[in-house]
Amino acid sequence: MDLWIVSMALFVVSSLLGGLNYISTILNLRTKGMSMTRLPLTIWAMFFTAVLGVLSFPVLLSGLILLLFDRNLGTSFYLSDIVVNGEILPNEGGSAILFQHLFWFLGHPEVYIILLPAMGMVSEILSVNSRKPIFGYMAMLGSLFAITILAFLVWAHHMFVTGLNPFLGSIFVLLTLLIAVPSAIKVFNWLTTLWRGNIRFTPATLFAIGFVSLFISGGLTGIFLGNSTIDIHLHDTMFVVAHFHIVMGVASFFGMFAGVYHWFPKMFGRYLNSTLGYIHFWVTMIGSYLIFWPMHYQGLAGIPRRYLDKRGWVSFNDFPELDKMITIVSIIVFAMQLMFVFNFIYSIFKGRKVTSTNPWGANTLEWTTPIRPGHGNWPGEIPEVHRWPYDYSKDGREFIPQTEPIGENESKH
Amino acid sequence: MDIVSNQQRKKIHPHKFTMWVAIGSIVMMFAGLTSAFIVKSNQTNWVPVEIPVVFWISTAVIIISSLTVQLALRSFKQREMNQYRMFIGVTLLLGVAFVILQWLGFQDLWAQKITFKGAGAGQFLYVIFGLHAIHVIGGVIALIVMFIKAFAGKTKLYSAVPIEVAAIYWHFVDALWIYLLLFFIIIGGK
Ligand SMILES: [Cu+2]
Repeated sequence: MDLWIVSMALFVVSSLLGGLNYISTILNLRTKGMSMTRLPLTIWAMFFTAVLGVLSFPVLLSGLILLLFDRNLGTSFYLSDIVVNGEILPNEGGSAILFQHLFWFLGHPEVYIILLPAMGMVSEILSVNSRKPIFGYMAMLGSLFAITILAFLVWAHHMFVTGLNPFLGSIFVLLTLLIAVPSAIKVFNWLTTLWRGNIRFTPATLFAIGFVSLFISGGLTGIFLGNSTIDIHLHDTMFVVAHFHIVMGVASFFGMFAGVYHWFPKMFGRYLNSTLGYIHFWVTMIGSYLIFWPMHYQGLAGIPRRYLDKRGWVSFNDFPELDKMITIVSIIVFAMQLMFVFNFIYSIFKGRKVTSTNPWGANTLEWTTPIRPGHGNWPGEIPEVHRWPYDYSKDGREFIPQTEPIGENESKH
Repeated sequence: MDIVSNQQRKKIHPHKFTMWVAIGSIVMMFAGLTSAFIVKSNQTNWVPVEIPVVFWISTAVIIISSLTVQLALRSFKQREMNQYRMFIGVTLLLGVAFVILQWLGFQDLWAQKITFKGAGAGQFLYVIFGLHAIHVIGGVIALIVMFIKAFAGKTKLYSAVPIEVAAIYWHFVDALWIYLLLFFIIIGGK
């Protein structure tokens, strides 16, 4: 346990240093012409992720330091009247709720630390593969910003049933439900980006669309759980498991997979096998819904989470067949991920070779580097940027890279 | 890389900027600890603490060191290298003195039977002042490196940026200390 705390502390420090690097690189070291509103949304998402990490992880660290003191030096910041193996610990006067506050002050932003990069990658991949500019670039930025701010103001929605003052709870309900607004803006923009686009259904596109689907499903149940009154019934049930696995777990993984399939040619100079990619997508997509959708019903019926074996308690044992189905599907979906790992490693060495620098016809700078970039990414000067990254299907051209100067008769986007 | 550095002349240097963001991060850690302190101080069986006098002396020491580091920066910019060496040395000594004084303060408290047992202002003081002292020690290490560089005169030092970054950090731990001390006196004192 102590080693775990120390390793968490090291993790916090390393993620802080990484975050510092991202923030100052994005704000201070952009290439010529790359104004902030010409940044790809992926970069914007990484920026807000770093801001979240830099400001919320230190609070977890302070919580962990107090925990180390409690465990090893006899202080009682959190511990009070604890009985372990029939023996009463000497600690007195601590408050476990204090740890929850410090923990969840990181805990909630952490959800967005995981989700925002996926959102950024999905925005980019959907735009590239529907051959259309991203819909509502500034609205995308605004909603990323709003999510970042709100992320710091909602932590107590994880603590509705800890004896939190109900008045305080109602404020946190309001702030939590407010997050639905920027989230809905993002979903609307992704759908309108796809709308009437010339969509290329690569595995990356499919995973990005899957992300949008999962984000909608998981986001909607978040509105249920954000209400402190409904939470009295739903807390600690399978409903919570279903909600956060769909929205934070599976959705983020889909964003990540989309990113891997999309940028794999850039990383290794070879493609991932698409057939395996399609199988990976469909089985994972259908499987994830088969695993987590029924859990909502279980949760509404009052089945608690965190039980390995429910047979000992009749009222928890209402759905043994459903549990069996979920278990079987989980095993199949897990096997699919092993297949992905195989595809990943196999394709690094044996995948189809990339023959042009820009296989997806994308506008962003990484596709102007050589297929196998050397140190510093570009052999000569760093390229200059002349336009935003989403000039797709413009003036009769399919795509116009960011490095191309604005033409004389070019229309404004 | 030329394009990038040319463009930056007008803007804040990335190292300085990074230092400011890092300071924001450290501020959040102490904000977490001091808000935990406020929450606990409103609960029953809270034990306040009297701040030992030593901490006032250490306050004076760190404020003076903030002055000397600023003087060091100024003499460096005026290329008064001997003055620079002297001021950086004095800052370093004051920094070490500060850490020793904090240690004496802890011993003073311990002698008053304020140990790690319990969860009152005293225990928070050990954690918060201790963590602050660790940050000061980090600054002292940076000062030692600069001190050695100032005397190992093989390479000529031109860029003032590293010294500016260190000075920003040093002023920050100074200001942080004053905040923490006032915080303990106003909210946790007897
Ligand atoms: Cu949350």
